[in-house]
Amino acid sequence: MMYGVPGMVARRLMQLLPVMIVATFVVFSLVYLMPGDPALMIAGDYATPERIAEIRQIYGFDRPMLVQYFAWLANVLRGDLGRSLFSNEAVLTLILARLPHTILLVLYSLLLGAMIGVPLGILAATRQGTRLDKFITSVASLGVAIPSFWLGIILVTLFSLGYRWFPATGAVSMFENPFEAVYYATLPAVALATSVVAVLARQVRSALLEVLGSQYIRTLRAKGLSSRAILWKHGLRNVSATMLTIAGLQINRLFSSAVIIEAVFAVPGVGNLISYSALNKDFPVVQGVALVLVLVVIFTNLLVDVLNATFDPRVAAST
Amino acid sequence: MTDTTNMTSVTESPVKPAQRPALPAPARFRFWAWLWSDKRALISLAYLAILVLAAVFAPVLAPYPPNQQNLMDLLMPPSAQHWLGTDDLGRDTLSRLMYGSYNALYAASLAVGIGIVIGVPLGVFIGFVGGWIDEVGSRIIDGVLAFPPIVLAVAVTGALGIGLTNAMIAVGFAFAPVLARTMRAQTLVVKNALYVEAATGFGASRLHLILRHILPNAIQPVIVEVTLMLAVALLAEAGLSFLSLGVQPPESSWGGMLARAYHYVEVAPEQMYAPGFAIMLTALAFNTLGESIRVLLDPTIKRG
Repeated sequence: MMYGVPGMVARRLMQLLPVMIVATFVVFSLVYLMPGDPALMIAGDYATPERIAEIRQIYGFDRPMLVQYFAWLANVLRGDLGRSLFSNEAVLTLILARLPHTILLVLYSLLLGAMIGVPLGILAATRQGTRLDKFITSVASLGVAIPSFWLGIILVTLFSLGYRWFPATGAVSMFENPFEAVYYATLPAVALATSVVAVLARQVRSALLEVLGSQYIRTLRAKGLSSRAILWKHGLRNVSATMLTIAGLQINRLFSSAVIIEAVFAVPGVGNLISYSALNKDFPVVQGVALVLVLVVIFTNLLVDVLNATFDPRVAAST
Repeated sequence: MTDTTNMTSVTESPVKPAQRPALPAPARFRFWAWLWSDKRALISLAYLAILVLAAVFAPVLAPYPPNQQNLMDLLMPPSAQHWLGTDDLGRDTLSRLMYGSYNALYAASLAVGIGIVIGVPLGVFIGFVGGWIDEVGSRIIDGVLAFPPIVLAVAVTGALGIGLTNAMIAVGFAFAPVLARTMRAQTLVVKNALYVEAATGFGASRLHLILRHILPNAIQPVIVEVTLMLAVALLAEAGLSFLSLGVQPPESSWGGMLARAYHYVEVAPEQMYAPGFAIMLTALAFNTLGESIRVLLDPTIKRG
């Protein structure tokens, strides 16, 4: 048995294996949801009989489901996610070209959300019961309920069509021009960040209140430590793991919202790719995007665990 | 979205008994007393009741048929004839909003209903049986939980075919593991309680144990979660309909209305407000109600 962070990473990877098998199996079995002959569906309306036969052979629809799954998984592991029915391009190439846009949006909004949400939560917790606290809590309730894509439309109307501070739609690749890329991503990231701000503010507030109400904080207060020292040295340190975990959970929600936000701002990311492909019945692309996104989420959660363990040795020991 | 209205005063001693209203009153009276004492819950519930009425009686109450086009009055601002104006086909926005509320509530209930039907029995079962079944079940839960719900919903509609029902079944499928996880954790706590042991001692069957003892005592956090989930499902429906993957035109939905309004936002910017507010207020009402129920069910939180 290995100890410390490396051992923990190894154990978590072992735990992730069954999770990944389930997730990939769900993506694979989407093919069985298709009404009628899946080979005909995948081939599209204009396919030749040879092409249909070829697809039937690739997917192996005549073999048992588990055999098909492992055949499919073997292709996936080789990086073969099939081809688009429309452009005939490799699905993986399509996805990799668009993924950076989505990742930039998600990370940008996560950063914005943490930079605003965490201080708001601390402020509300340290001023518990005051008007400021009530104001922050109420605004946070609104932030969770507001549809991010509606907020996106309002932002476009105000700051692009109105003041013309930001471009209304489109995106710039961050590999070509990082500054322009961030500039273009700002409005959609703000729209996405709102719910992160709201969730983080509420969670940090309640976690910090719980820590500040605990026995050892009372002891520290009794020995005469100032409120400021208690907050910065002891309170926040014990809340940091909660913050990180909640921020990690937001990744999953952000990819959800990004699918819709990318449509509002015409960002050529994977969210736009999957909704466009679903509308046009380009099944291999839909399946590919779902697969890549679920794997991204699983590995992000692993990363969060590793970060948690690096900051807090108790976590490394317990998982 | 948990533990947010944890209003417990931190300086208070935890041993102080929670102040509950006098228990012997009949449940019916206690409900009204609670509702009266919690004004946020009262307002949320009243709003939702009005929304349900508007949705059910839309054919009677709506001033115009939802799909009646009037090509003379396109994208009109609010007026005496059209309280909320008209859309790009001259259809009355208020009428479409009312018909849209039906689709919103139907979609939210469908998704959450599917989540409950799959998630609750699964959670109780694996929690109660334990062993390798619990182990396998928990891994399946983790695997499905990893999917961003909208991504899963879009993927399922891509396979199953586009439409509101398909999309919401997929959202419900994404909800199920959340409920299953909560139910499993609760079952693990309750199944070791003394009264369950006592019932076992009296020779109660497994089914009797689950239905009469475990389920009623483990369901409370699920009630809160379900109420909060209605808001998530509502937002999902709006988003998917915005992408034209949910409610199909000409049927009306709040998300679909926003998509059209966004198209003409430079000509008629006022058209984007009503559907957006409808979505936000309804989500807010579900969230507020959920938090109120959490406070009601949690004896450690002091109510005032």
